[in-house]
Amino acid sequence: MIRIENLETRLSGFNLHEINLSIEEGEFFVLMGPTGAGKTVLLEAIAGLVPVKRGKIIINGRDITNLPPEKRFVGIVYQDYTLFPHLTVQQNITYGYRYQKTYNDDLEKRLYHLVETLDLTHLLHRLPVNLSGGELQRTALARALMVNPGVLLLDEPLSALDPGFREEIRNMLKALHASSQTTFLMVTHDFAEALSLANRAAVMSRGKIEQVGHVNEIFQRPVSRFVADFVGMKNLFPVSFADTKAFANAVEVELGRKSLFDTGYIALRPEDIVISRKAPVSSSMRNCYRGTVVGIIDQGFYYEIHASVGDLIFKSLITKRSLFELDIQEGAAIFLAFKAAAVHIF
Amino acid sequence: MTRREPFYWIMVWCGLVVMAFIALPLFELMTAPSLSGLREALRDKEVMRSIWLSIYTAGWAALISFVLGTPLAYLLARRDFKGKRLVEGIIDLPIIIPHPVVGIAILSVVGKNHWIGRMLAELGIRVMGSVTGIIAVLIFVGLPFYLHAAREGFENISPRLESVSRSLGASMVSTFFRITFPLAWRSMLVGIIMCAARAISEFGAVVVVAYHPMIAPVLIYERFEGYGLKYSQPVAVWLVLICLSLFFVLRFLTLPKKKKT
Repeated sequence: MIRIENLETRLSGFNLHEINLSIEEGEFFVLMGPTGAGKTVLLEAIAGLVPVKRGKIIINGRDITNLPPEKRFVGIVYQDYTLFPHLTVQQNITYGYRYQKTYNDDLEKRLYHLVETLDLTHLLHRLPVNLSGGELQRTALARALMVNPGVLLLDEPLSALDPGFREEIRNMLKALHASSQTTFLMVTHDFAEALSLANRAAVMSRGKIEQVGHVNEIFQRPVSRFVADFVGMKNLFPVSFADTKAFANAVEVELGRKSLFDTGYIALRPEDIVISRKAPVSSSMRNCYRGTVVGIIDQGFYYEIHASVGDLIFKSLITKRSLFELDIQEGAAIFLAFKAAAVHIF
Repeated sequence: MTRREPFYWIMVWCGLVVMAFIALPLFELMTAPSLSGLREALRDKEVMRSIWLSIYTAGWAALISFVLGTPLAYLLARRDFKGKRLVEGIIDLPIIIPHPVVGIAILSVVGKNHWIGRMLAELGIRVMGSVTGIIAVLIFVGLPFYLHAAREGFENISPRLESVSRSLGASMVSTFFRITFPLAWRSMLVGIIMCAARAISEFGAVVVVAYHPMIAPVLIYERFEGYGLKYSQPVAVWLVLICLSLFFVLRFLTLPKKKKT
């Protein structure tokens, strides 16, 4: 278990403010946020590589705030692998051997297990210069897990990899987490990674934690504009609430429920908005608007349609095929519809 | 074929002039003495003693610079602290101070008028006109070269490698010897050679502190003053050969590493 209380760091240029976080033993926890949010600094503070100004870090009941890195039993895996270039794969993996207090048999067993799971057998005598990104990252994982740390910190372990390897390492991470008691704490700026790997997550921005909770909860019920935007709720409007409705300037949105506040925000995912050329005849969607297409943005497999309704711009996603079938062009008149339940209020 | 611009020819001609300016005098020097003259110089006890003394003192200076300088070079490569610029400035002072001034400066610390000098005298350590004095002067002039090379070597090693090593249970000392040193030894060796090469060629500072015992540059100067050009040349050739061999080792070590496949 990791407990972080009121943590502040002391660095020139960048600082963490009042970080409070609690991570259960054996959990797969993800720290998310844009570049420069302080995710890596927080990891390095837990690993003991960044000076702490105030606050406490407690791992499995042990206050480690003032311990040197080698006494913390915290493993770290970086995005750029950081293998020791002068040592072979095997020497890298067994680097921490001599600092272990367990019996040799256990170490041998663990080595065998890790090398098997991570498919490294044929690479053991190679030097890191000759390995691919995926192989390097697998070695780095084996090296960190070899010392059986209480906590494994992963700093964007997938982002430097080719897409093919990324999938592979992601599955290995899942398998490794399932087969060990180690708590995994991973930093990423990719929400899809978080969804596929983690139980719980925290979103950080500018040295602060914005929201902590189950990944799905963060995804569906962001508590701030920042988080809503970060998790892809691209339709975000300041509104005033009245009864079960929200008013964004002249546009009225049915929420199907009452808000606790007078003013606030509504947020809506682009994929929850359905676009059609004719007015939907009967539908369960309680919100339907007539709009004008003001922008079509090619996103590869999808197109993002920007449509103006009153003075709001709604963003919606459609497939390439629907784009042609509906014959949507800039200036075209379309209908936008979405369910009251799809609207998130905060 | 495109016509070369005049600027191109200016570069080529200036380059040739510079090459000739450096190489020609050295070439003339190396070819001036006859083989028998060179052989005779080797048999001359005074010459041999001075050359050995040069190598011996420069070697010690490099070794002491290595021992004393490594921790400082590492500190400068890894940490930011208040007054770092000042420390860096002080390290570079020996490079810009005129060489005889270095000798005089050292004497003013180890002389009878300074408590350090009196303490050394009580311990029976003589600096003026001694091997100790020569080594002290050579460390003074050579240390900056070692510090720069070693520091650069340390800076080229990602601090994350050290972080990972420590997260795996290795202490700071253990990390230094298992990670940092194996990755930086080449730069450190280059630093040692640079320091030794600088030390072996020093004249001005040494001659102030110790005319005797005579290192090779002082002997060359004495022969030149006393007997003329012809008599100083054979000794000079031997000294140049030593310097050149150091230089070639240095060049060899700093060759870009071939990527192993």
